[in-house]
Amino acid sequence: MRRLLVYLKDYKKESVLGPLFKLLEASFELFVPLVIAQIVDVGIINGDYGYVWKMGGVLLLLAIVGLTCSVTAQYFAAKAATGFATSLRHSLFSHIQSLSYTEMDRLGTAAMITRMTSDINQVQSGVNLVLRLFLRSPFIVFGAMIMAFTIDVKAALIFVVTIPLLSIVVFGIMLISIPLYRKVQAGLDRVLGRTRENLTGVRVIRAFNREDEETEGFTEENQWLTRMQMFVGRFSACMNPVTYIIVNVATVVLIWTGAVRVDNGILTQGQVIALVNYMSQILVELVKLANLIITVTKAFACAGRISGVLEMSSSLSEEAGESVEETKSNAYIQFRHVDFSYKGAGADALTDIDFTVEKGQTVGIIGGTGSGKTTLVHLLPRFYDVKAGEVLIGGKDVRNYPLEGLRAKIGIVMQKAVLFHGTVRENLRWGIVEEEGMTGDVCGNGEADRTDEDALMWEALEIAQAKEFIEKKEGGLDFEIEQGGKNLSGGQRQRMTIARAVVRKPEILILDDSASALDFATDAALRKAIRNASEDMTVFIVSQRAASIMYADKILVLDDGKIAGQGTHQELLASCEVYQEIYYSQFEKEEGKEGT
Amino acid sequence: MREGKKSTLKKVLAYISSYRWILVLSILLAAVTVALTLYFPILCGQAIDCIIGPGEVDFTGWMVNEGLYVLAKRMVVVIFLTAVTQWLMNVCNNQITYQVIRDVREEAFAKIQILPLKYIDGHSYGDIVSRIIADVDQFADGLLMGFTQLFTGVITILGTLGFMLSINVSITLLVVILTPLSLFVAKFIATRTHDMFLLQSKTRGEQTALIDEMIGNQKVVQAYGQEKKVLERFDEINGRLEKCSLRAIFFSSLTNPCTRFVNNMVYAGVAILGACLAIGGGSSTGLLAFLGGAVTVGELSCLLSYANQYTKPFNEISGVITELQNALACASRIFELIEEEPQSPEPEHPAKVEHFDGSMSLEHVAFSYVPEQHLIEDFNLQVKKGERVAIVGPTGCGKTTLINLLMRFYDVNSGRICVSGTDIMEMNRSDLREGYGMVLQETWLKTGTIRENIAMAREDASEAEVIEAAKAAHAHSFIKRLPDGYDTIVSEDGDSLSQGQKQLLCIARVMLALPPMLILDEATSSIDTRTELKIQNAFAKMMQGRTSFIVAHRLSTIKEADIILVMKDGNIIEQGNHKELLAQDGFYANLYNSQFAR
Repeated sequence: MRRLLVYLKDYKKESVLGPLFKLLEASFELFVPLVIAQIVDVGIINGDYGYVWKMGGVLLLLAIVGLTCSVTAQYFAAKAATGFATSLRHSLFSHIQSLSYTEMDRLGTAAMITRMTSDINQVQSGVNLVLRLFLRSPFIVFGAMIMAFTIDVKAALIFVVTIPLLSIVVFGIMLISIPLYRKVQAGLDRVLGRTRENLTGVRVIRAFNREDEETEGFTEENQWLTRMQMFVGRFSACMNPVTYIIVNVATVVLIWTGAVRVDNGILTQGQVIALVNYMSQILVELVKLANLIITVTKAFACAGRISGVLEMSSSLSEEAGESVEETKSNAYIQFRHVDFSYKGAGADALTDIDFTVEKGQTVGIIGGTGSGKTTLVHLLPRFYDVKAGEVLIGGKDVRNYPLEGLRAKIGIVMQKAVLFHGTVRENLRWGIVEEEGMTGDVCGNGEADRTDEDALMWEALEIAQAKEFIEKKEGGLDFEIEQGGKNLSGGQRQRMTIARAVVRKPEILILDDSASALDFATDAALRKAIRNASEDMTVFIVSQRAASIMYADKILVLDDGKIAGQGTHQELLASCEVYQEIYYSQFEKEEGKEGT
Repeated sequence: MREGKKSTLKKVLAYISSYRWILVLSILLAAVTVALTLYFPILCGQAIDCIIGPGEVDFTGWMVNEGLYVLAKRMVVVIFLTAVTQWLMNVCNNQITYQVIRDVREEAFAKIQILPLKYIDGHSYGDIVSRIIADVDQFADGLLMGFTQLFTGVITILGTLGFMLSINVSITLLVVILTPLSLFVAKFIATRTHDMFLLQSKTRGEQTALIDEMIGNQKVVQAYGQEKKVLERFDEINGRLEKCSLRAIFFSSLTNPCTRFVNNMVYAGVAILGACLAIGGGSSTGLLAFLGGAVTVGELSCLLSYANQYTKPFNEISGVITELQNALACASRIFELIEEEPQSPEPEHPAKVEHFDGSMSLEHVAFSYVPEQHLIEDFNLQVKKGERVAIVGPTGCGKTTLINLLMRFYDVNSGRICVSGTDIMEMNRSDLREGYGMVLQETWLKTGTIRENIAMAREDASEAEVIEAAKAAHAHSFIKRLPDGYDTIVSEDGDSLSQGQKQLLCIARVMLALPPMLILDEATSSIDTRTELKIQNAFAKMMQGRTSFIVAHRLSTIKEADIILVMKDGNIIEQGNHKELLAQDGFYANLYNSQFAR
């Protein structure tokens, strides 16, 4: 929480004035019982109508001043809270954007989104509440006690006993019930988990005729939850009665003591009424405080989670070593004895990866699931940093490139075809590197620019085998893609993401199993188009299908994070056992011959 | 809309009626609690009237009232009684609420088991889950609040009115006339701020959508170096959100000070009027009699505390009513689910197939998910015992549709499907499904141990049988290496297992039961080709003598099939074995040859 307080610093004035005005309002509230006492002791005893009206006027005045103060306080609190949340959201968003893949993997998307949305909202309302109420309640509790002292010290001692007792009971019950509520929450999560599981596995459950057992299991969990809820409910239902007993017994004692003191001529009747009023004010405020604390605890938990994200820093250091020049050699891309392991994972994901690629070559990467294919290509745009060894592009370590410049060279198509809400044009524009970028294929301005851009996009779409279906869509390049590309089929989405990567005319194009939703014919046409598109473009194709990579200039066969073989199709077929296994499991021997 | 609300309320009441005795008890307790709570200020007032001045304090009862001593004792008794009844009332309310929602939840879950898959496929899981969890929870909150606060609130208002009337009519009138002002103020602010809240939630929604999209696909954003542009868009929305939330929060937070202001005004009014009446106590002028007679100081203090108490439930009730409306809205969403049309009932006299021989026939089958869009039309297929049927085609061509029909996840629109000569519509679903073993593309594991997962098809399976099945699926070796072996807890989204390992478990599940008909949907897609090779043999053994439907991409599987169904856009466009189809030189031939195109 402390970490987040810096976001309040632009709202210092508001965060001080808010509580201040609230306290002012509370002070006026504390005067009310005194005024009533005066009405009784002076007005009624003396039969002075004028005085009663005057004091009534004072009550009204107090009410008006109280209203003004609290409205002012509300305004400042709201301003500080929303301002705080806005700058916190901004910082958190840009911070999350700066995180590297390693941290993203650790956090998980769902968690990051919750941090950005509901957690910040909770903190915002927490800040708002704290500014408005957190000082007010204790202030009234102690204020009432002090006022009681000004009336009569001995009677006030009752307050001194009651307040701590009350606090112990209220906070004691809360302290015990909060963990219990957590248990209830856990029970609810289990019920939720079961429901979700039942839905995702509905086919399997029905296929195995497990409906009754599932219902039984659910009933059990549900019953447990209900029992827990009722238990906690019974316990926290004590809160009100117990506080009621304490405060009212204290009132009785107060009246009795008051009676004795009045009898001795130390106190007046009106003062006894005032004391009783102070006692009931305390009760009201303590209950409010207890509710407030629950909200604030929640906000604190959220704040803690947010700071957790903010404290995370990107593990990629960006210190562009300008001194190192790109060297022109045949070996355009080099992996030199690269080891890599994911953070927190025991075993290495990649071990001793060593190979070179010439400019303009097509590299196929094949291997089983979990053999490290995707990991390998993710090292090129420096999504992760190697553990040992180095990755060179143009003779220069990827760590010596500015991150933005490095990634501008590369067009990557990921396994999951992600498109964004917006037109086809807007989606493709993501791929276009702007003027200040490295390759700078798009420059110039004005109308001509637009048509240039269009031409570029159509060209990319054609290569990605997407031209045909985009042309058919209403509006062509201006066709609106829904969020997540829901209004396109899986294969269409995949081709769009390929077009997005191709449109930037990257030096290196990486296709990470990105033809999986395409039929064989389209896949083949795509590969052909890419090969014809550019002489200089180095292409990496990751696939499980031998057919997709068998014509590559170089094939890397990965097995369990190691290179099990590299070479051309013919060489590997002759020498590499793993490759043979993969190949023959997909093609029978004769077909292999037929194909070549 | 109103009708809908009414009927929802009726249904809620129907659930509550099982606990009507507790409800009656709760209402009785509420009445007692309120009466006692209201009696206490009267006692206080009487006590204060005993305290007049030095030497004039009545401890034992020599004046009009009982003495202070008796009053104090009575007060303590009242306090403890109030506490006990209040606690009991809360317990009753808890009891009713939590049992009602348990019943609702249970019924909703049981409903899921008999809902047609059409409904489940057509709704996002999140939607259904949020109905059963979040909506029910919200409903519970509303119900509880309604019970505890609405009852006591209404009774308090009525009770206070009664007590006040018994003390003084004119002061009561003052309170009754002025108090609703606070309701008007609250209502006024609520309607004025409604639009601001709408704008806030719209803007917030817009921002959440952006966050969801961008953070959700952060990796792509970074790969394309779009961070700055995205942040710009974010900031633009963020700025708008700040402005409109400030307005919404500020204006809505005016409710509290404003209603409190009205209450303070009432308080001041009672103080002035009461004091005047107390002063006039001695003389009985006509005006005084008109105003309802004199009051004592003690009664004034009692009236003042009533004035406070009377306004409070008004403020609370407006909150409770919105909460209740919210709860009803949630309830109606739950009832929507509960009342959803279940799948077609099982036949009254189900035909029972004693022994599935594995033969199957589809005759003039027509099916579509949506009436306007015909998918499968006049589809005929004869499968003999032990034959292998491969289903081929591009993704999304409707391969799973066929499986949906065979397993009766969906029912055919017309035509019929017969298994061992019996129409599947005439059988119980469970009897039919017993005949099938199924491995789907999406692996699904139930939260539980590995053993439980494998033994899903046959709960009575012995340890040895489970292990044997695991061995046959090549899962035994990795299971052994897990920390708790077969007792390792796995779950659907748990990441302790790789996708491939999960699939092996799903295969082991089928291996254990070995039913006469098999459905394998891309069964080995996540297993690397080398492991797959190993299970191919096991599969081959499993398929021997069994009729099997296989959705596959791999040519080796396809080529060995007895019948190949080529599907495109939901239709079966070609049908025959590998040689026949190649000879046809149609879609299949094209698909097959393109694998080798350079």
